[in-house]
Parts: sequence; structure tokens; C-alpha cells
Amino acid sequence: MTETGEKPSGVTGERPSATRPAPGVNPLFREPAYDETMKCVQCGYCLPACPTYETMGTETHSPRGRINLVRLTAEGRLTDWSLLAEALDLCLGCRACETACPSGVQYGRILEAARSAIRARRRGGPLAEAARSLLMRRVIPNKRVLNTLSGALWVYQKSGLEAAANRLKLTRLLPAPLAAFAAALPRRTSPRNRARRARTGPAERAEAAAASAASTAKPVASAARPRFRVAFFTGCVMDAMFGRINALSMELLTCGGCEVVRIPGETCCGALHAHAGEHGDAVRLARRNIEAFERLEESAGPVDFIVNNAGGCGAMLVEYPLLFTEEPDWRARAERFAAKCRDISVVLAQLELPLAGRGNERTTVVTYQRSCHMTHVQRVKDEPLKLLAAIPGIELREMADKDKCCGSAGIYNLVHHAESMAILDVRMRAVRATEAEIIVTTNPGCLLQMQLGIRRAGLEHRMRAVHLVELLAEACGL
Amino acid sequence: MINEFERSPKSGHARYGAETARKQTRATRIKEGDTAMAAFTETHLQELRAIFGDKRVLYREHDLYSYAFDASFGTYRPDAVVQPLTTDEVRKLVLMANRERIPLTPRGHASSLSGGPLPVMGGIVVDLSKMNDKLIIDEEDLVAVVSPGVLTAQIHQAAERKGLMYPPDPSSSAVSTIGGNLAENSGGPRGLKYGVTRDYVLGLEVVTPTGEVIRTGGRTVKNVTGYDLTRLIVGSEGTLGIITEATLRLIPKPPASETMMAIFDDLVVCGKAISRILSSGILPAKIELMDQASILAVEHYEPCGLPRDAKAIILIELDGHPQAIKAEMETARDVCRTTGAREIRVAQSEAEKNDLWRARKLVSPAVARIKPTKISEDICVPKSKIPEAFARLERIRDKYGLHMVIFGHAGDGNLHPNIMADKRDAEEMKRVEQAVAEIFQTAVELGGTLSGEHGIGTMKAPFLPLELGDAGIAMMRRIKEAWDPKGIMNPGKIFPRPGQRLVLTDD
Repeated sequence: MTETGEKPSGVTGERPSATRPAPGVNPLFREPAYDETMKCVQCGYCLPACPTYETMGTETHSPRGRINLVRLTAEGRLTDWSLLAEALDLCLGCRACETACPSGVQYGRILEAARSAIRARRRGGPLAEAARSLLMRRVIPNKRVLNTLSGALWVYQKSGLEAAANRLKLTRLLPAPLAAFAAALPRRTSPRNRARRARTGPAERAEAAAASAASTAKPVASAARPRFRVAFFTGCVMDAMFGRINALSMELLTCGGCEVVRIPGETCCGALHAHAGEHGDAVRLARRNIEAFERLEESAGPVDFIVNNAGGCGAMLVEYPLLFTEEPDWRARAERFAAKCRDISVVLAQLELPLAGRGNERTTVVTYQRSCHMTHVQRVKDEPLKLLAAIPGIELREMADKDKCCGSAGIYNLVHHAESMAILDVRMRAVRATEAEIIVTTNPGCLLQMQLGIRRAGLEHRMRAVHLVELLAEACGL
Repeated sequence: MINEFERSPKSGHARYGAETARKQTRATRIKEGDTAMAAFTETHLQELRAIFGDKRVLYREHDLYSYAFDASFGTYRPDAVVQPLTTDEVRKLVLMANRERIPLTPRGHASSLSGGPLPVMGGIVVDLSKMNDKLIIDEEDLVAVVSPGVLTAQIHQAAERKGLMYPPDPSSSAVSTIGGNLAENSGGPRGLKYGVTRDYVLGLEVVTPTGEVIRTGGRTVKNVTGYDLTRLIVGSEGTLGIITEATLRLIPKPPASETMMAIFDDLVVCGKAISRILSSGILPAKIELMDQASILAVEHYEPCGLPRDAKAIILIELDGHPQAIKAEMETARDVCRTTGAREIRVAQSEAEKNDLWRARKLVSPAVARIKPTKISEDICVPKSKIPEAFARLERIRDKYGLHMVIFGHAGDGNLHPNIMADKRDAEEMKRVEQAVAEIFQTAVELGGTLSGEHGIGTMKAPFLPLELGDAGIAMMRRIKEAWDPKGIMNPGKIFPRPGQRLVLTDD
């Protein structure tokens, strides 16, 4: 008996202290997170939707449990912040709970505000802080640095070091998460080819054009009478790791009759920062992107859409207005920006693409691993299915629990590797049951994770993971 | 894990030894009826670990707080949480708790609206949601044999795959466990035609509060051997034992369904229409109601083309043979028209059916926008009293000046007046308490009951004498004491304590 120990009579026990007056409320949890926790009626409808509740099996690791812990910490009843941090750190942030919630609780806002409060209290060691700062402030938002790293990756793969390392099981000596991803990393284009791909193929030509267009607002490609005029948001990790997919994306848009322009000066969307509680950094990056977009429209005229192909980044872009709750001017600018952001599937679904099929008679079975933030935040659900259905020779076979997260979740699979792999293994059992040859994804994180999943399940000889754009490009002969 | 946080003086990992030592010196003893509960100690924790292993015994502060609530009111931190996987583990646990006088609170997914899973006396929360390995559909015997942690929706799906149906359909079936449904005797919209959970339970395996494993009932619909302990256990809210397996009755799935919406300019007239449909020789599977407050909330939240000036809407679903329900639909339509419905819409396709039901499904999220705290009541009145119940609920709403929406399963007399308030507003919550008391009074005066399907738990215990009388409660107490002489099973539920009243606020 813990709470009612000193009150031996009556059922009063511990009344919900939510009715206590505001002074008890921790200032860190004022607007908007604390109020948002009050909207949760603890019905539990989120439990079956939560991947960590499924794999970890306790309420502590469920949305309802986490919201309750945030509320109790805000009210000063749970005083050990490390316990709150433990529960929130292990949340994927997939936000499937928001779709499941019948009361419209914005879990994402609670999570980010609480993580931000935790960051403010956490005493990280100087080294850890320096490394974190380097990654968050220098590497991710900086395309040059990312491109250099990406080049290093190519050297690693092409020099045979990778094969040797794999053969000698050297990857086993790496920390497990890194070893796992070294094995699953995408094939890199050589830096030299990246520079001169104009001469190689249409996709690479577009990629090269895109790279060289980075500093100008000149159309990357245009059609005679464009169906839409779109600005393509390349993203940072997507651009460095999956440049080919970006190139194909722009090709597809052009192919469907759009005029495509780049956004000079665009940077990382800031999603990783926001999800990690680095609110200030996220705001800074959002401002830079909004400004870049405004400059583009000033100098080169308005665009119909800002198109991206990464479910997670797209979700961050449409949520920019939430970053500026205290600044009406910026909020208005963010709203204008966000109103134009679209996932590429939404735009492609409105175009007429020359989907000629994949050149063989045999039907290929594919399954579709949804991007959580595309589904639950952008609420884009139908368009990818519509596009898949339009490709001749493709049969979509949905997996069980098709809306569940793959466990990639930004950098979750690196920092919480074991938990992430437990979630991935559940997913791969569902994938395997479909007997699909291809797993379609719509976000770079998911794509990497599913590639890793295929290896972990020992399916690499009969299954591959692709971005939806790659499959469409293939069908269009790009 | 290294603690990276500055420790506040009161903080700490709830290190068990220190905390329990303090508690023991305080000699905490809680009176529950005539029985005394003992404090939970380190030794008890060790014994739990011996039964369940380290992983399935939770005792750290954040874990305890995560099992301190349900969908009703109050936060009650238990001393430990265990997650059994087998009947034998449950048996060992109960033997220990009974020997040591430690309260046990069984729990599924804690979606209860009446406080059933709240560990109000502390002790051990028994999380049965992990005991979910058995779900057998027997097509020849028309039964399902299930473990308590299986989700109700999983039973629905498994039965439907074989052309069968398990009718009880609480709105929470996607998350609720069958164990919780059995303990609370859950209902749902289909209760109108098909009855509630207890009507589909043929047999149970139960661990009694003294640690015996018994089997009640059997596998046949007819069974009059001895007292009907199955019916006693179903709806006993975890106070008479822990259900570890159930044998459920299944029926053939109806081949077709039809849906109709009727719109009224008067709530009481709508109530009359419901009564008349039910006495017109047809039995719909569901009759769901939305009052004007619900309609406005939905239209404000996500416009569905509902008339904002209508005072009430009912949705009627008929199921059965396609030709039979076509004829029945005509009857229902005639009754509504002659009683005074201003408009009737009959769905002509699956898509139209879904459209009609969409509005009903949006009520919950829509009313949640009005105010954050929802007090969901659950009275049930005889069918002939439905119109009067509506009239009196409207008076109560106006008298206390509250946001009240009435929606739910009107057809079986089970009305869900939901009061929307803000639990941070003490003055408003006082008015809510008074209104709730008057709602209960109304239900009993009309020959109805305090609770149709949510259970008594902690919330409605103070009102029990109103309906059962002192002698009625005394008889129930004697049953409770015979089963559970030490009072360890879910103490603090159903039975009111002297002077107990409904409290939704702190003071």
C-alpha cells in the first residue's frame, strides 16, 4: 500500500491530482504539453497500435502510459526524471497512437515538449554533448559534410574493404548497430560518377543536374506546358545517401508533365532535432527553409507545390507552424509554406505517367511498409496504393498489422538497437508471410531498415526493398 | 543505468528495501470490511520473483504508476505488478496473497469506466493481458475456448472467419480483453438483440481467492448441474476470483444487414419511436442514438451533413436473412414515420451504410473537443420508460447547467448520458457530482439500474443501497465472505463503505 497508507478510511485514496491548482505544475510542462495530457481519457485504444507496447509488453511503454508519466512528472508526483526519460527515450515517435486515438490527443506534441524539458535537465557529459552537437548542428544540416561522408562510404564499399570485412566477419567487431547498418547501406555511386553523371543515364543526369542546380533557381527540367510547377525539397540524408532516388523523383515529375525547380539554400528539415527535444535547432532550420522557399518564389515566381519524397521529412515540413506558437508572423509564414508541401505520391497520383510495366509477363508480388509519419502525421494513405495499383504486373499483398512501424524511427535503430530489432523482427515475420519479392517504402529510414530486415531474415536472395519512386521509375522505363 | 539527472530530495529509483522498511515501521494496516490487509514487503517481492521470474514482476516507480489507473477516475499506485502466463502461476500467486493478506487486483487492458482495475488498496496488480495464447474456435460444438488476455476483437475475427459470430461487442472491443469483459459482464450495441457477455458464457476456469482451481459450467448450452457459478462469476468485477479460461457460445453469423437513419425534432418523440419499434414485432440488432448536442459536436468537428436543428437521430441496424430484413426495414420505416420522424434515410449500399455509421463513430472524438473530462454514465431503464428517461435527463442537464450529451445504445434502454466538464474546475465538478447522483436516482425510480454495462467498481458503489437495499447488499456480502474470507480479491469495489460518497474532486 503506497499512496493511501496514511489515509486508512474511505476510497478517496489518492484523488487525481489533476484537480490541484496550477502552482504544482512544473513550468517546463506548461503549454502545450500538459494541457494536451489532460485530453487523454486513458481508454487504451492506443495500446494495440503501439509497436513498443507489443514488443516490450508493459503499460510503461505504451502511449497511454507515457502520457500518464508526463502528467505525473508535470504535477511533481513522479520526481525521478530519469524514469520519465527511460519511458520516453524508448518511444519510436511513430504516432500511430494519434490515428488510433478517439479523443484526438496530439501525442507528438506531448512527446516533443517533454523531451525538450528532459534535454534541459539532463547533464550530458562534455564529450557526449560535443558529439551530439557535432552531429545535430554540423553534420546533418550540412550537405557538403554529408556528401563527404557519403564518398567515404563509397570508398569503403568499392575498395573491397567491405567485402573483406564481411568475409572476415570484421563487422562483428563493430558496435552491433553500426555493423548492422554497414551491411545494409545502399550502393553508393562513386564521387566521380556523381560529378559527371550527366553523361551516363537519365536518372543520373537528373541527379547531376540537380546537384549543379543547387545554387540556382533554374528549372531542373521542364515540360512545354507544365501540369504543375513544383519545387523539389531534396532533404539532407535522402540527398546524400539516396541521391539516385531524388534524381528519379525529379525525372518522374518531369515525365508526368511538371516543371521542377530546386530550392537554393534549403537545408535539413529539422525532424531529427525536433524529435530529440532540440527545439531551438529545429526552429532555426525551419526558418532557413521557409526563407529559402520565399526567396525562390520572389526570384522565380510561385510554385504549386513543394514536393518531397521522405515521409518523415514531409511530416516535419507540414508541422512547421507548430514550431511557432509564440510568433504569429513566423507562424503565418510557416503556414503558407506548409500548405504547399506534398508528398511526391500525392502529386504523382494526379499525373499521367507512362507506366508501361516492368517488361515481363510474370506478376511480381510486392508488400508495402508504410512510413509512419506519412500515414499518421501527413495522413497520406490512398495515393501510394493508387500508384501501386496503376503499375502493370504488380500485385500488392498487404502484411498483417500493415500500419505498424518498422522500428527505424529516425536514429532510434542506432541508439536503441536491441529494441528496434525486436520490432523489426516482428515486422519481418509479417513480410515473410506475404511471400513478396519487393518491399515498397516511402521514406529513407524505412528503406534502410527494411534492407536490414531482409538480411536479418536471410531473405536477401529473393527479396529486395525499394522506394516507391524506384518502382514507378522502373515501370516508366527511367 | 547512470542517472544523468540532478536528484531532487524526494527522488530516487523507489529502491525497494528502504521504502518498504519505512512502511513496515509505520505498521500500515488498512481496514477493509472486517479484514486487515498487510503491508507489502521485500520478502513478498522475492516470492513473486520466484513465481514469475525477474522480467514479469514490475516494482519500479514508473512501472507502478503505469498500472495505477483505468479509463475512470483516480490514480492508485500498487506495490507490485505481475504478468502471469499460466493458471498455475495465478494459483501460486493467489495462495501467497491469501496467506499474506495482500490485496490482488486483476486487470486486462484497463479500459474500464467504473474503476474495476484500480488497485485502491494497493497490493499487487495482476496484469492478465499477457495470458493470451489460447483462442480455439470449435465449429462443431459452436464454442470458443479462450485465455483471459485474448482481445475481444480477436474472438470476433476468428469466429467470423468460420462463418460464426460472438455477439457481445463493447465499443472497446479492439482493445478490451475477454477476461475484463467477463469480469464486468460487458454489453455493447448488439445487446439489444443478442444480449450481453453473460448470455454467451458456457463455462469458466477460475482460481478462487483461496487458491483452488475450479471449473464452472461446461461446453453445452443446457446445463443445470448445481448452482450456476458461471453467472455468479461473470460480472463479479474480480471480487470472487481470477478467470483463467472461458468457454464461449457462438452463433451463426447473420448473412446480411440493413441500416437506416431517422431524424427527429423532439428527443422524447424519438424515445417513443424507439419504444414502438421494439413492440412492432421486429428486433433490430442495434438502435443507436445521438441527441442534438452530439449532432452539433459532430458537425462542428467534421461536417457529415447532419441537420443541425434536429433534436435527435437514431440509427437502426437490422440483421438476418436478406429478404426478412427488407420487410422488417419497411416496418421500422413506417413506425418512425407515423411517430413523427421528419426524415428517414435508408442506406442503399455498403458505402452509404458506412457513411451513416460514420457520424455515430465521430461522436466520441467530437465531444472530447467540448471539454477535456468526460463522465460517462451508464444507466439502463425498461424499454417503456425510454421517453421519460430522456425528458428527465434533459431537466437534470438544465438544472445543473452542464454540457451533457446523450448518445449510445438507446434501443435496450441503456442510455449513456455523458457529462463533459473540466476536472480542474472544482465548482463545476461539484455540480457534476450532484447531477450524477440525480441521474442514478432517476434510473432507479424508473425501475432501471445504476449500470447497464460498465460495472459498479468504485464510482457507483456509494449508490448501491439505492437499488439493492441493505438486505440485498448484506446477502451479497455473505457470498463475498464465503468465497474470499480474507477479502484479498479486488478490495474496495462494488460494496460501499460507511459514509462513502461520489467524489470527483480533491477536497
